[in-house]
Amino acid sequence: MSEWMRICPLEEIPRLGSRVVQTGKGDIAVFRSGTDEVFALRDQCPHKGGPLSQGIVSDRKVTCPLHGLTVQLDSGEAVAPDKGCTHRYRARVDKGEVYLNLS
Amino acid sequence: MTDTKKTRLVVIGNGMAGMRTLEELLKLAPDMYDITVFGAEPHGNYNRILLSPVLAGEMTIKDIMLNDVDWYAQNGITLHLNKTVTQIDRVRRKVIADDGTEAGYDRLLLATGSNPFMLPVPGKDLPGVISYRDIRDTDEMIEAASRYHHAVVIGGGLLGLEAANGLRLRGMDVTVVHLMPWLMERQLDRTAAGLLQQSLEAKGLRFKLEKQTAELVAGESGRVCAIRLKPALSGVEGDGETLPADLVVMAVGIHPNTGLAEAAGLHCDRGVAVNDTMQTYDPRIYAVGECVSHRGTSYGLVAPLFEQARVCANHLAQLGISRYTGSVTSTKLKVTGIDLFSAGDFTGGAGTEEIVLSDPSVGVYKKLVVKGDKIVGSVLYGDTADGSWYFQLLRDGQNIHELRDRLMSGQSHLGNSGHHGQNNAASMPDDMEVCGCNGVCKGTIVKAIKEKGLFTLNDVRKHTKASASCGSCTGLVEQILASTIGGAYQPVDVSRKPLCGCTDYTHEEVRKAIVERRLKSIPEAMGFFEWRNVNGCASCRPALNYYLLCAWPHDYRDDPQSRFINERAHANIQKDGTYSVIPRIYGGVTTPAQLRRIADVAEKYDIREVRCTGGQRINMLGVKKEDLPKVWADLDMPSGFAYGKSIRTVKTCVGSEWCRFGVQDSTSMGIALEKELDRMWAPHKVKLAVSGCPRNCAEATIKDVGIVGVDSGWEIYVAGNGGIKAEVSLFLVKVKSAEEVMEYASAFIQLYREEARYLDRTVHWVQRVGMDYVKARIVEDAAGRRVLYERLKDALRDEKDPWQERVRGVAAREFEPIRFQPEIGSEIS
Ligand SMILES: Cc1cc2nc3c(=O)[nH]c(=O)nc-3n(C[C@H](O)[C@H](O)[C@H](O)COP(=O)(O)OP(=O)(O)OC[C@H]3O[C@@H](n4cnc5c(N)ncnc54)[C@H](O)[C@@H]3O)c2cc1C
Ligand code: HEM
Ligand code: SF4
Ligand code: FES
Repeated sequence: MSEWMRICPLEEIPRLGSRVVQTGKGDIAVFRSGTDEVFALRDQCPHKGGPLSQGIVSDRKVTCPLHGLTVQLDSGEAVAPDKGCTHRYRARVDKGEVYLNLS
Repeated sequence: MTDTKKTRLVVIGNGMAGMRTLEELLKLAPDMYDITVFGAEPHGNYNRILLSPVLAGEMTIKDIMLNDVDWYAQNGITLHLNKTVTQIDRVRRKVIADDGTEAGYDRLLLATGSNPFMLPVPGKDLPGVISYRDIRDTDEMIEAASRYHHAVVIGGGLLGLEAANGLRLRGMDVTVVHLMPWLMERQLDRTAAGLLQQSLEAKGLRFKLEKQTAELVAGESGRVCAIRLKPALSGVEGDGETLPADLVVMAVGIHPNTGLAEAAGLHCDRGVAVNDTMQTYDPRIYAVGECVSHRGTSYGLVAPLFEQARVCANHLAQLGISRYTGSVTSTKLKVTGIDLFSAGDFTGGAGTEEIVLSDPSVGVYKKLVVKGDKIVGSVLYGDTADGSWYFQLLRDGQNIHELRDRLMSGQSHLGNSGHHGQNNAASMPDDMEVCGCNGVCKGTIVKAIKEKGLFTLNDVRKHTKASASCGSCTGLVEQILASTIGGAYQPVDVSRKPLCGCTDYTHEEVRKAIVERRLKSIPEAMGFFEWRNVNGCASCRPALNYYLLCAWPHDYRDDPQSRFINERAHANIQKDGTYSVIPRIYGGVTTPAQLRRIADVAEKYDIREVRCTGGQRINMLGVKKEDLPKVWADLDMPSGFAYGKSIRTVKTCVGSEWCRFGVQDSTSMGIALEKELDRMWAPHKVKLAVSGCPRNCAEATIKDVGIVGVDSGWEIYVAGNGGIKAEVSLFLVKVKSAEEVMEYASAFIQLYREEARYLDRTVHWVQRVGMDYVKARIVEDAAGRRVLYERLKDALRDEKDPWQERVRGVAAREFEPIRFQPEIGSEIS
């Protein structure tokens, strides 16, 4: 369990929004869905590296702000017909706090 | 496999219309039905219209498959290939195929297409006499071309000419026999047909016009060996001519395949009769495609069938909100190297006028048929670059009064930037870039269209990203689509454009309901219209957010998560993820103190580039997101809204205060307008300019609203645009005082805010509603104008400056990253 690290209280991430977490492994985007699920992706679009954290979130998807590629939050895969994949990290909520696992 | 709880849907006919309906249905209601498909052919669903390029040797059968057998399995569909349904038992609700296979249905979909018409002449059943409809016919032609020499095609229509061209390319000696005085008489007038015939003759085809077939003659082997024509009508020549023919292709028309439906007692008139929801006289039975007759019309091109499929799927999914009301079709011949387009009624006649441009020496002929102020038909030969544009004007019944003098020179000549002035897709080489934004070249687009079976502009945008960004290459992409898939391409119907893929309702319908039903939040609006996707998508959320904001300026709480990042961060995101900051400089007039502050900020935050914008202000580029609130605090200037669908700038010239030509104080006018409109959100960006005399140094005539000072007052121009496609603005009115300028300009902008679609610039909106409408609302209706002006002032009365709000701590987390040290394992910032 030591790999799980506390990030911030859930309410500090807006619903259908995200926060950027700066780590030794680069920026990670932590998203909160409309139903309060949390997801973490490397903050880099598979297309040209756009910051996914800045995109519009709907359901379990985020649309990249630069050219509109849509990425699945739970897998990091681009939604067809687009192709590509961005690294996914594990994230969860426990007693109102968001935890991230970088391993 | 048979889940007894699910409703059973059986489809007869595994062709383009039937499978398109299933695709649409699966998108709407993936789990609603237990689906079974019967297909008389031994193949999955293929793109029938691309049989011509297959025959011409440009593509293979594998390239043209739309749904291979795996697709059916993946979607849980039971597929019976090579089985022809021979009976529909409507009492027991089941269908029976020729091999005895039975399937029960709750809903039945007929999509049996049509049968080629075979001339009832002696010899029509001989080996070597075929029609041109499916893969088998195509294979037979390819096979014949490798063994025989002489081919005769009966019928000089679209299909016949494509067959003739393919056979010629495969080395046969081909003659086309045609009953009428000119080719493709249903799509072309005599002049265009003459040009077409010349080009085809240059490719080696021969023609016999005004000739009728008397008989097909068998050779020694029993295969057809010749065709005998009837004597000329005058009859003097005695016996008719005889031509050698080892292969005869009949392409003289099709008739809807209704035998099965008629036997089942369904009403047919030429085709299976359906209503606007694609239902036959038996409400459990639907029908789509070439086999139907809708309001007395049967179609033989795929574009209308796709519209039918969309409506039918909607009803099968029990959404029940769309109707099919018929289609206007257009035609394009898919013969490589020949550019031909026709649409609507081109024969002219009473009450119509013809606009003709003819230059036979370069092989160009264009004809537009106009009735009143509308285009009713068009024929283009040699240069079809504007076919899609004319077709769109025709279909939408758009008033062309104001376009008339430049109609013939075409849309592509109205000033398009971004692709080297190229406006003819056919002449572009494959490796030439079409979409400059996303770096997509022509070859990539053609390949995607063919291999992925794309039919619409949106499909192409999704798959290739071409024209998905700035849109300036849309016309080129449309042409590439049109020339690759022929008449199957149908420009989107702009008059009924759904807001996005999440709904079938239009922008207008949604806006109306927001006001009338007093919907005041995005979830309420989505709930009311039964949005298909949870939380909508990145297209509809910003639109809804704007519509709600515009309808309820004081009650609606803006939703930052439904705004594009630029509007959420109040700065423009750059390609490296940093932001740019552009403060407002009213009317372009600044002070030494302001400039000093800008300079200090630029040094303090190590801002990489400081530059002047095209709108008379200063841009600081390369600011980190977390620094934005500090930069704004130090600048202490209002936001320039350079990042928003909002008021941008009011450009001014120096005007009468200094300029020796100036007749009006354009600077003061500009500053007053900019202050009045400050902080205004809009469907898209709004730019104004004010010039102090007709020399127009502020370039006011390419702005959304442009004001030009004249001796006796001000002229107001609207709906100009200097962007992707330059559009000169249109004259609205001339007024005397600065107060009037304020009232007219504001009223126009408020009308635009209330009635345009999200992402329409003023020019798009005005082109759609017409300048007459705008004048009626703004110039002629003085009371209405004042109400609009008041509504705008009211809407803006409590908008706050977003930068200063954030300096005070609003939305602070948006700008704060979380810093994280893995070894400690907790948040430190
Ligand atoms: C060579 C060629 C070129 C064309 N080019 C163009 C073009 O450029 N642009 C354009 O818009 N259109 C073009 N068309 C027309 C277009 O292909 C048709 O409009 C379209 O395919 C019709 O679709 P459909 O589903 O109604 O019929 P089809 O695609 O014909 O499908 C009907 C299917 O039902 C099957 N079937 C029939 N009866 C039964 C039964 N009782 N049991 C089981 N299965 C049955 C048939 O075998 C067939 O496979 C072209 C057609 C041809 C042949
Ligand atoms: C004696 C009179 C009628 C009979 C026997 C009858 C029979 C049927 C049947 C069998 C169905 C299919 C039901 C199903 O698939 O679950 C149906 C559907 C339907 N009927 Fe009738 N009907 C009658 C009168 C009417 C009338 C008067 C109307 C309209 C004015 C009507 C409109 C409809 C509609 C809209 C459907 C829905 C079709 C669909 O979406 O699938 N019917 N009817
Ligand atoms: S538009 Fe007229 S008034 Fe304005 S700067 Fe130019 S010449 Fe002078
Ligand atoms: S970088 Fe994300 S879509 Fe281009």
